Amino acid sequence: MKRMLGLTTLAVVLAGVANAQQINVKIGVLTDMSSLYADATGPGSVLAAKMAAADFMKDQPNVKVEVISGDHQNKADIGTQLANQWYDVEKVDMIADVPNSGVALAISQVTRDKNKVFVGSGPATSDLTGPKCSPNTVHWTYDTWMLANGTGKAVVKTGGDSWFFLTSDYAFGHALERDTMAVVEANGGKVLGKVRHPINTSDFSSFLLQAQSSKAKVIGLANAGGDTINSIKQASEFGIVKGGQSLAGLLVFATDVNALGLQTAQGLVLTETFYWDLNDSTRAWTKRWHAERNAAGKYPAMNQAGVYAGTLHYLKAVLALKSAADGKAVVAKMKEMPTDDPLFGKGTIRADGRKLHPAYLFEVKKPEESKYPGDFYKLRATIPADEAFRPLKEGNCPLVTG
Amino acid sequence: MEHVVNPLVKKPSMLRSQSETIGFVIMTAAFVIAPFLTYPLFLMQAMCFALFACAFNLLIGYVGLLSFGHALYFGWASYLSAYSAKTWGFSPELAILTGTATAAVCGLVAGSLAIRRQGIYFAMITLALAQMMFFFALQAKFTGGEDGIQAVPRGALFGLIDLRNEMAMYAVVLIIFLGGFTFIYRIIHSPFGEVLKAIRENEARAISLGYKTDRYKLVAFVLSATLAGLAGATKAIVLQLASLTDVNWPMSGEVVLMTLVGGLGTIFGPVVGAFAILVMQFKLAPIGEWVLVIQGAIFVTCVLLFRRGVIGEIANRLHIRL
Repeated sequence: MKRMLGLTTLAVVLAGVANAQQINVKIGVLTDMSSLYADATGPGSVLAAKMAAADFMKDQPNVKVEVISGDHQNKADIGTQLANQWYDVEKVDMIADVPNSGVALAISQVTRDKNKVFVGSGPATSDLTGPKCSPNTVHWTYDTWMLANGTGKAVVKTGGDSWFFLTSDYAFGHALERDTMAVVEANGGKVLGKVRHPINTSDFSSFLLQAQSSKAKVIGLANAGGDTINSIKQASEFGIVKGGQSLAGLLVFATDVNALGLQTAQGLVLTETFYWDLNDSTRAWTKRWHAERNAAGKYPAMNQAGVYAGTLHYLKAVLALKSAADGKAVVAKMKEMPTDDPLFGKGTIRADGRKLHPAYLFEVKKPEESKYPGDFYKLRATIPADEAFRPLKEGNCPLVTG
Repeated sequence: MEHVVNPLVKKPSMLRSQSETIGFVIMTAAFVIAPFLTYPLFLMQAMCFALFACAFNLLIGYVGLLSFGHALYFGWASYLSAYSAKTWGFSPELAILTGTATAAVCGLVAGSLAIRRQGIYFAMITLALAQMMFFFALQAKFTGGEDGIQAVPRGALFGLIDLRNEMAMYAVVLIIFLGGFTFIYRIIHSPFGEVLKAIRENEARAISLGYKTDRYKLVAFVLSATLAGLAGATKAIVLQLASLTDVNWPMSGEVVLMTLVGGLGTIFGPVVGAFAILVMQFKLAPIGEWVLVIQGAIFVTCVLLFRRGVIGEIANRLHIRL
């Protein structure tokens, strides 16, 4: 008995020593593999996380990072189930990506209850760093406030001072329209009118004709997903952009532009925080992403870039603490350390969990301006990091106001 | 409805009279042991869906009414349960009751409209009403639109039992599920249930015998909606969220799928079907885009090879009632 006890103690001590030398981290990429967000996140996000893990392990061989992935099927309950099981059974330390705001808010809650880490690069809702902010959540890539503000402000400043809104008739569309309208008016622009369309509409003709006859310089698309794609397609059929009006997409990804084709999407202005062709390091990263993605003609969207950069910064914080066990401490460390990665450059994470980096206003090129595959955008304006996101005190985050 | 199992025409045997009791004992035992073997949260969710499918089966399997809008009762009950627990600070039992009552009222309104028509028209009316309520859920402020209601507190049952403990929550869900299941079993085997089955087999004859079939159908509809609501309300407390997924039409389709896979008009079929579908959705989640393909393939296989569903087929082979 005594001998057994001695052996057990020895084993425990040895295990403890081994643990101190090696840090094991498990990352779960919870994403949409099969539905509307699969192109802008999905397999490309899983790859981005794996690339971040590989890059990190190359420099830090004593950190062992494992990446697993799952499909939340855009259902909050499946997402919650998976997250719970990942944290409890699979011993996952951090969940990344999570497109779909509803699912992301649920994951943020589960993560807080279990004291783990959620690095959201997929969700849009600015509530994640607003009233529903959490000490265990970092919101990486973009949010609705930034989209409305970035596009609204930069377009007005570059001459688009009269607007007409095409708004999806539900809470998300209303919020996007309201926020953008406020920005446009605050910057001296005029809103000439707006029209609400039901979600998942296939026929935009009457709405587009109203937008056309309003003579507004800019038509703001406060809708998402299939509705945005359809409204851009039909606007092209009506020759709206050729007629001198421009379209401003309030939630459009590079993958959408790729799917639409330049012929249809030309002239569309939109805001993103990452573009693969932005500089040498984004191009080099995209080249590697391409080599491993093995899907011809696909280009990384900002969400996927966010998974890479967020995962990398998370791992740096874990290394600094030498442990991934306490989620709250890891996030606090992430906020304390300045961020630096090849995709978003230097940046910081604010007290409410908001990652700050510059945003870019792009215009989709005409087919004849595009020199090589994937040459989608020309840069119209750069919005500095301190202006791109909602000011800290306006978010009503309980972590900040106390 | 010739493919529905009619246990009355099967040859009687010793096993037959006992088979349902034996099945019930096995099922209860399995649910008591299960949380020690697998993940309790998953089991709780599966039990909620199983109760939902049983409630749906009460309508299609025993009255022959195909409702294509059962997500309405399931989803709205979960919204009201979540909202009352979160915003009004109701205790979990009151929240679940609030949700269930909401479903009963919705069922009464929708049912009294829908039972005036039969067959495809009945299905379409239920679907149309469910879609109306879906758009209401999408637009209304209190449902949180596509964000849903998050972070619903589980609270303490009767102010005593802390439901944040997984095992306590599990016990509550198990009791609700077994209660609902037994209630449905009693309905089916009551004189009222016999009349329902008579309506399913031949409504004209039931009328000629002097039964006010509309009234029977309405009561069955409200009961089914209420039990579906009980399942939805419980699920909101278990998962601490209510979302648009639960009121949208694919949910109405999913419950049809669960019932068909398990066995239409069998008492255990919907439970097995619900578990089969959920295990698929959940276990296959890591392989991503194949979930829907596999789900479709299983559905086609099921319909082509064993139309009575898993349990229906077993019952038919063994000449027993399950």
